[in-house]
Amino acid sequence: MPPEEPQSKRTYRASIAPAEHYAALLAEAKAIKGVSLWRDAWRRLRRNRAAMVSLWLLAVVSLLAILTPLLPLQSPIETDLASRQFLPPGLDTVRLGQREELKFTGGSLVQELARFDAEIADLKSQRATASPDERKALDDQIAAKLRVEHPFGKLWHKPGPVTRLIIRARLAIFGDWSLPSLCGTDHLGRDLLARLFWGARVSLIVGVVATCVSLMIGVTYGALAGYVGGWLDNLMMRIVDVLYSIPFIFVVIFVITILSEESIKARLESYGIDRIVVFYILIGAIYWLTMARVVRGQVISLKNEQFIEAARTIGAGRSRIVLAHLIPNVMGVVIVYLTLTIPAVMLFEAFLSFLGLGVTAPDVSWGLLANEGILVITPIKTFWWLVLFPGLTLALTLFALNFLGDGLRDALDPRMKNR
Amino acid sequence: MTRLLLRRLLWMVITLWVVYTITFFLMRAVPGGPFSSEKNVPDSIKRNIEARFLLDRPLYVQYFHHLGTLFHFEVGPYHIPYVWLDFGNSYRQEDFSVNEVIAQGFPVSASLGILALVFALTLGMTAGVVSAARRHSMFDVSFMVMATLGIAVPNFVLASVGIIVFVFALDVLPAAGWGTLWQIVLPALCLGAPFAGYIARLTRTGMLEVLGQDYIRTAYAKGMRGKRVVVHHALRGAILPVVSYLGPATAGILTGSLVLERIFLLPGMGIHFIEAATQRDYTLAMGMVLVYTLLLFLMNTLVDLSYALIDPRVKIE
Repeated sequence: MPPEEPQSKRTYRASIAPAEHYAALLAEAKAIKGVSLWRDAWRRLRRNRAAMVSLWLLAVVSLLAILTPLLPLQSPIETDLASRQFLPPGLDTVRLGQREELKFTGGSLVQELARFDAEIADLKSQRATASPDERKALDDQIAAKLRVEHPFGKLWHKPGPVTRLIIRARLAIFGDWSLPSLCGTDHLGRDLLARLFWGARVSLIVGVVATCVSLMIGVTYGALAGYVGGWLDNLMMRIVDVLYSIPFIFVVIFVITILSEESIKARLESYGIDRIVVFYILIGAIYWLTMARVVRGQVISLKNEQFIEAARTIGAGRSRIVLAHLIPNVMGVVIVYLTLTIPAVMLFEAFLSFLGLGVTAPDVSWGLLANEGILVITPIKTFWWLVLFPGLTLALTLFALNFLGDGLRDALDPRMKNR
Repeated sequence: MTRLLLRRLLWMVITLWVVYTITFFLMRAVPGGPFSSEKNVPDSIKRNIEARFLLDRPLYVQYFHHLGTLFHFEVGPYHIPYVWLDFGNSYRQEDFSVNEVIAQGFPVSASLGILALVFALTLGMTAGVVSAARRHSMFDVSFMVMATLGIAVPNFVLASVGIIVFVFALDVLPAAGWGTLWQIVLPALCLGAPFAGYIARLTRTGMLEVLGQDYIRTAYAKGMRGKRVVVHHALRGAILPVVSYLGPATAGILTGSLVLERIFLLPGMGIHFIEAATQRDYTLAMGMVLVYTLLLFLMNTLVDLSYALIDPRVKIE
């Protein structure tokens, strides 16, 4: 007779559900998707109407800025002192290349471009049959013609190769037709609408590039100080304290004046660095202080959390802990701060351009346009459109960025989870 | 307290020194000097001028020489020794030493800045308290929209709209210039507007947090009137973020005054600074930068000290 099983064990076995039950439970558990922080935040952001409107507005503005060469706009740099100075907003259509001083064939950019292309093609066919000596001369001639005489060079400021291609596409789609001066014209007879669009490119790029620079410096600096801690943290944060007390606008003004010096400008251009690029980096390089502080604070509070300990116990290395565990957790704060840095940076660019130290003609930016508007305010006649439209575009964009930043802060706030 | 002040003083000296050094070498990094564009100067005379200003010597010699001549130690009345800074003569402005230019420009910039801060604080805090006390009301919504507008609209755009409306259309304020208080009302309003917006939002957030706390309920339970609770009990607790914002606000106002002085033609330090920087007036630009740094540092220190006055829980270490 087999030994009797103890009573308790029997009941235990009886109480175990069949294996299928556990398989079903497992399948159910697999089917449940955890709501990630980002998904949750996105859900909350979508409910915030002001933030969503801002997001759409910014998307449209950025898209328009990217597509500017493709849009049927007038030339942003063509001046016409004779007949188009200070025109109020109007609906009279303008055709590209219609001004007589340009001496375009048939008063049309399309025809002029066709003539020019034919000329180049002609030279190229000559080059194909020419002797090596003549070939060299013809190469030079073609290069010089492309550089100096290209009709695009008269209507746009130094268009790059991609921009040229897009402008050609625009000519193929819209021909010479361009939008009327819906926003009026300025003191040199240039179309304000076109200048606003081209200025948007500069202003937005400043915001994005400079913020990225500040992000890189700030996050690296803050994460390093916070993670290493000790005397290094102390030293790094004292440096930040000292830098906080420096009125940076003055340093920037100095650096800008240094860079405006002819010899330095020439040397930079020989390296292929535009003054605007230096300007972007410079602005970014002074806006990282708060970012560094915020990131450091976050890292310090996170690095003693249990999940970091857990990662360490299962043998995660330092770099893995920082990259895979700390940085993603800091991202929320960083993104919020980012959306608030972009408007600050754009405002700073506008400030500097306004003072004549930032973007300089023939480049355009919104700050520069606002400055031009203010310069022509006189008691006798106010050209209100030159003040209103640049101010409005700048203010609207900054407004949207601020609202989006606020919305993101609320959405990414962990205390708001599942609400 | 004394230890704190002493430590602050030490940090101030370090900060000023860092700024001095950065500025010095930045200015000298520009090729050519203040005299390089002088025309028709015989070489020998030019050499003499450069020797006089040590421009022919190596950079570090210039650096230590200028650093040395900056400080003047004197013994004042009652045998109290004190230090004053002599920034030397302007390289560009005739008949003016840098100290004189600063002495002339400072009152203008200071009155503009102080008035702007006063506007920002009064408007911002009133709006913030009202919107927190009347949450979700018409006041709340419109004040907060105005605050966000104030933050988003750059002050030079505000200034141009202000000029068109208040000066040309309504003709209630003078357009520009310096002399009477009326002339800096519009610039100060434009300068203070973004900070008023921030302060309104900070006050509102702080008030809402404080109004939800137990001691406020206790105050109401004792039968206090709403106004007294808000002003006497809640405001004190809510004001701390505003105070800590005053440091950055000062920096912003210094920056903004550069622009507004230019628009409204106020003869303050900002105009001199931009001219000095672009004209490479080394001494004047240096003097301006150091004065601005000093102002910023003093303001930050004042803010830190005032914490302890407002919030007894904050101990000054």
